[in-house]
Amino acid sequence: MPTLPGVHLKDEITKISQRIKELGSGRRVDRHVWDKVELARHPKRPYSLDYIQHMFSGFIELRGDRLFADDPAIIGGLASYHGRTIMVVGHQKGRDLAARTRRNFGMPRPEGYRKAQRLMNLASKFGIPVLTLIDTPGAYPGVAAEERGQGGAISSTLMCMARLDVPTVSVIIGEGGSGGALALALTDRVLMLENSIYSVISPESCAAILWKDSDEAQLAAQTLRLTSAELLDLEIIDGVLPEPRGGAHRDHASAARILKDALEENLRDLETAHPRRRKKERHEKFRRMGVWREHGLTLF
Amino acid sequence: MAHVSVDISRRNGTPDAVGCPSCKELLNRAELAKNLQVCHHCGHHFRVGARERVGQLADVGTWSEIAGSLRSADPLEFYDLRPYPERIEEAEYDTGLSEAILVGTCKLHKMDVVLAAMDFAFLGGSMGSVVGERFWRAAETAAESRFPLVVVCASGGARMQEGILSLMQMAKTTCAVEMLGEVPVPFVTVLTHPTTGGVMASFATLADVIISEPGALLCFTGPRVIEQTVKEALPEDFGRAESNLAHGQIDMIVSRPELKDRLVQILGMMEGGVACALEPIWEAEARRGRRGGPFAEALKRIKALANPSGRPSKR
Repeated sequence: MPTLPGVHLKDEITKISQRIKELGSGRRVDRHVWDKVELARHPKRPYSLDYIQHMFSGFIELRGDRLFADDPAIIGGLASYHGRTIMVVGHQKGRDLAARTRRNFGMPRPEGYRKAQRLMNLASKFGIPVLTLIDTPGAYPGVAAEERGQGGAISSTLMCMARLDVPTVSVIIGEGGSGGALALALTDRVLMLENSIYSVISPESCAAILWKDSDEAQLAAQTLRLTSAELLDLEIIDGVLPEPRGGAHRDHASAARILKDALEENLRDLETAHPRRRKKERHEKFRRMGVWREHGLTLF
Repeated sequence: MAHVSVDISRRNGTPDAVGCPSCKELLNRAELAKNLQVCHHCGHHFRVGARERVGQLADVGTWSEIAGSLRSADPLEFYDLRPYPERIEEAEYDTGLSEAILVGTCKLHKMDVVLAAMDFAFLGGSMGSVVGERFWRAAETAAESRFPLVVVCASGGARMQEGILSLMQMAKTTCAVEMLGEVPVPFVTVLTHPTTGGVMASFATLADVIISEPGALLCFTGPRVIEQTVKEALPEDFGRAESNLAHGQIDMIVSRPELKDRLVQILGMMEGGVACALEPIWEAEARRGRRGGPFAEALKRIKALANPSGRPSKR
């Protein structure tokens, strides 16, 4: 293409050929979805301890799984709230490099899940409601974690949550990464902050496996349907919490207030039901999840 | 119905002989099948499909499938390099199965059980909505009939093409196992090569007794992913059944020819415990006369001890 004064077609051509490619594939990459992924992972986004600090007048952290170690990637403890007590358990990421490393980027090891179980059972013993805050790229993929039974640690946490007879609420506050996130989310109510994501696999890994190209992460993110609005449509979550203008990272205090109001409302609702009924409804809810065809009919 | 062993080898056009990946001996396919897909020379366990597994375990003519009409839908209209329905269709054609798990009731040495077998050849044995629902129905049947539940696992994990819905199957199957525990009905899993990801982190590790086949890879995160993401050097036996046994993650390793007998032994002993805990079951069982042999004898003895008057007890 000769570059003549006044004639600049190169950019136009690139744009049009890109558009042709998109139309040809029948799908368009929606920036909107990827923005959410980036917001969910925003380095200034409030983490569990930020919410706890803003939401509760007091918090006593309880540590250790009594079996092996204390996992800094999962925190938990007793929080006071309008004169009553809530057991809060959540993934915790670090803000600066040192903290990030110490918190293992919010990726729990088996001892983290076993600590979560210990705390939830403790709450159940004294009739204390449980709030879980979810924000993890996933359970830690490591040799030692496997040797200590990462799979079993997650499944037994799921079982622990399936059995709890106190009201349970979970909020996905950032990244809901696969089984490592779900382990804390088998609750009566599952809520999601507007700009958080929840997925069976990270878009990057999904792209690497299915598209054989991790550069297709944006397309994978869109295909996986991991935004709060889509998950509400699929009836996977029970509610979406709006974030302060521009995202939760802009205003931690307001985000925490929204979360606190939602917690209050949901607990009020849940506490009216008999424990056995609450548990039954929790099971029924998860039982309904899935879409299949039977005798030619599509069932939801 | 039972014992239809679909000849996949011929359909795929593979030759009559197969090389053992462990000892490199050339093995005749027919003989290998007769030996339960275990190498005659070195004992290497080849993968077994769901139908063949049922054929190996179930008493002849006792298999009856449950929830066989469930089929995958495509709720997310998932399209990567190929559309999801096309991948399913191909898997159906290749395996002769309708999903990655086959569920039914049958007898093991005359003992009634609900048996489920997963098939790695069907989209990597991945767990989507249908696998979750079939598992639920298996558990439901077990809870209602009070037959023990045996699940032979083989899975790469959650099925990505169903996105979040497949992640939720972990929660769903966990609730199903919880339901079994309430009855209680014995639940035993047999982990075969490979059992990983979402299946490993849900029902596979929630069983009362976890059995594994020798050499099976059992882990949450696969070795390749660990190597790539955390750049850790892996021990040679990483995630293998033997290593899991040493680390206390499974109860025992049982070779395939011994599997059926061992299952019946374990379930029989556990059932004895259930009969003690839940008296009314004896009545139901006696009425149906569903069990003969030493178990029935033991049951009679326990019953006599608990109810010396001989009158049927009322709840």
